[in-house]
Amino acid sequence: MNEALIYWLQQGLNALQLGGIYALIALGYTMVYGILAMINFAHGDVFMIGAFFCFLLSTQLGLSFVPTLLLTMLGTGLLGVVIERLAYKPLRQAPRVSAIITALGVGLFLENFTLALSPYPKHIPTLLGNVTWNLYGLSLSSIQLVIISLSLVLIGLLDTIVHRTRIGMAMRAISWDKTYVPLMGIPVDRVISITFAIGAGLAGAAGSMYALAYPVIDPYMGILVGWKAFICAVVGGIGNIRGAMVGAFILGSVEIMVVAFLPSTFRDFVAFTLLMLLIIVRPYGILGKPRVQKV
Amino acid sequence: MIAKVSVYWNRLLERRWLVPVLLASGLVLAFLVPEYHLLSVYAQLILMYVGINIILAVSLNLVNGYMGEFSLAHAGFMAIGAYTSAVLTMKVLPAADFPLLFPLAVLAGGAAAAVFGLIVAVPSFKVRGDYLAIITLAFLMIVKSGIENIDFVGGPRGLSGILRLTTLPWVFFWTVALVWLIRNFVYSNYGRGVLSIREDEIASDLMSVNTRQVKFFAFMLSSFCAGIAGALFAHLLQFISPRVFDIAKSTEILIMVYLGGIASIGGSILGATLFTVLLELLRPSTMASLLSWLPAAVFNPLNEHFISHLGVWRMVIMPLALILVMLYWPRGMMGLREYRGFVPERDKDAHRHTLPEAGLHEHPESD
Repeated sequence: MNEALIYWLQQGLNALQLGGIYALIALGYTMVYGILAMINFAHGDVFMIGAFFCFLLSTQLGLSFVPTLLLTMLGTGLLGVVIERLAYKPLRQAPRVSAIITALGVGLFLENFTLALSPYPKHIPTLLGNVTWNLYGLSLSSIQLVIISLSLVLIGLLDTIVHRTRIGMAMRAISWDKTYVPLMGIPVDRVISITFAIGAGLAGAAGSMYALAYPVIDPYMGILVGWKAFICAVVGGIGNIRGAMVGAFILGSVEIMVVAFLPSTFRDFVAFTLLMLLIIVRPYGILGKPRVQKV
Repeated sequence: MIAKVSVYWNRLLERRWLVPVLLASGLVLAFLVPEYHLLSVYAQLILMYVGINIILAVSLNLVNGYMGEFSLAHAGFMAIGAYTSAVLTMKVLPAADFPLLFPLAVLAGGAAAAVFGLIVAVPSFKVRGDYLAIITLAFLMIVKSGIENIDFVGGPRGLSGILRLTTLPWVFFWTVALVWLIRNFVYSNYGRGVLSIREDEIASDLMSVNTRQVKFFAFMLSSFCAGIAGALFAHLLQFISPRVFDIAKSTEILIMVYLGGIASIGGSILGATLFTVLLELLRPSTMASLLSWLPAAVFNPLNEHFISHLGVWRMVIMPLALILVMLYWPRGMMGLREYRGFVPERDKDAHRHTLPEAGLHEHPESD
């Protein structure tokens, strides 16, 4: 096959891998924003906790990949619910900024708490045997395949939940209008908790996949990845689940392309400049709709 | 009891001679303290950090609190001010030869930051709320990774060997001058425009507030102050690198602002002071020397089990404290209130009543 085509396909695969991880985190941001209109700044750190859960489960209990992934998702999901109940729920009537600052505080707490417990970066053992297949010069590793397929499956599952089930209907109803939804008999608090559980669980899955692909983890790894996932959510139109996926795959491709063609130190520079331009040109994201503001 | 004290306190603050006398004695003290070693070197350092943080918090409050735009870019403006002034005193006009030009270098740092403030001000005409928060965040990351790619200023390794030119009198002077500037801006006609943008931008535009001009001024003034704080910071720390000015720094300033309370200069001063001093008190060495008067039977176990571990845990205690403050005090300590001493005569009546709920980032009704 043509060499240039192979090269592009290879970069496309890398972009899918990175984009898949970003998408899983971005979905958590966008779901919480859609329902509470609040930026959950602690979400990137939930992702980091997911990677550490993965580390603990695989080294202390010696579990294999599938139970590790499931337990990690369960653990971070619970963490998400606990954070929501303790830190965000009491502030639902308060000015929105105080909830944002609380989220920043929760994020700092998670980072520094993890740092206090484990000050050095950790190496994750290989959970999956890494096989690399070679197709006409295109190399595809088993880890890459697992990450891409798993993230697509989880995204598809979430899309089904939100658009096809009753709980998803309740979520969409709450994001539409919070005032009258309780009158229809929808348990708002429970739906919000479920939203946080799902979002945090997806972040946990992203954390374990990240740990598979880049096996060194540290307490501050959630900051930059979290912010970038948040950017994906905004680029796609925050509050819009399909938008978050589109944004994640766009940012993933942009980063991979920058690294492929420019020195890698330019990665953040280009990514954030593009983001700034995009927001100025299209302030509501790619799939978002502008809100009409009344005076 | 508290009410009685506050009555006397307010009466004291209304004396016209009070502010000039306080400022003059503060300035004299700022000169005397380093000259005669009235305070330890460490305590002087903390005082200078408090001053710099006050500038940062008050100026961020102008954008976040008074104008109601959630900006995360302050560390970026600080970085621009710090790098500009450091390059000036190190490479262009070496401060070893021209020590008197330090204030000009600081001013240049502020001016450079103000120019970059326009980059954030212009998108703010179109974009509001959370989207502007992201633009400011993107700006911060662009500045940071931009500096990392400039070899002239050391790239990711940072810039070391900056002369220590920041002294207590200079910090005192800039803190007072900039707080005075922002206080006057807030209570000027433009300041009313800033407040009206917070309450409702479209309505204030309709009421013939020139919102673009007001935003220009507010963003530029805020970033100017941040640049000056950055310049002072660089010449105090003597070493700057892009990592010093990352999101964590912006978060720190945000915490000071929201701890003290939005739209309150007094609150920001309080928040910055409390935050800086508390974080220093939680250092193991400081805590140990503070509690050293305790009898050894109490002190030794305390030291062994608690104080010696503070180095790691103080960064855990601080966010927990922030969360608790926010849960029980969602507006911060002085949210939307002001020390009477900062309020001009003609505005005192307005502040006697509680202010209406500010429509900060109000979610537009969907229908």
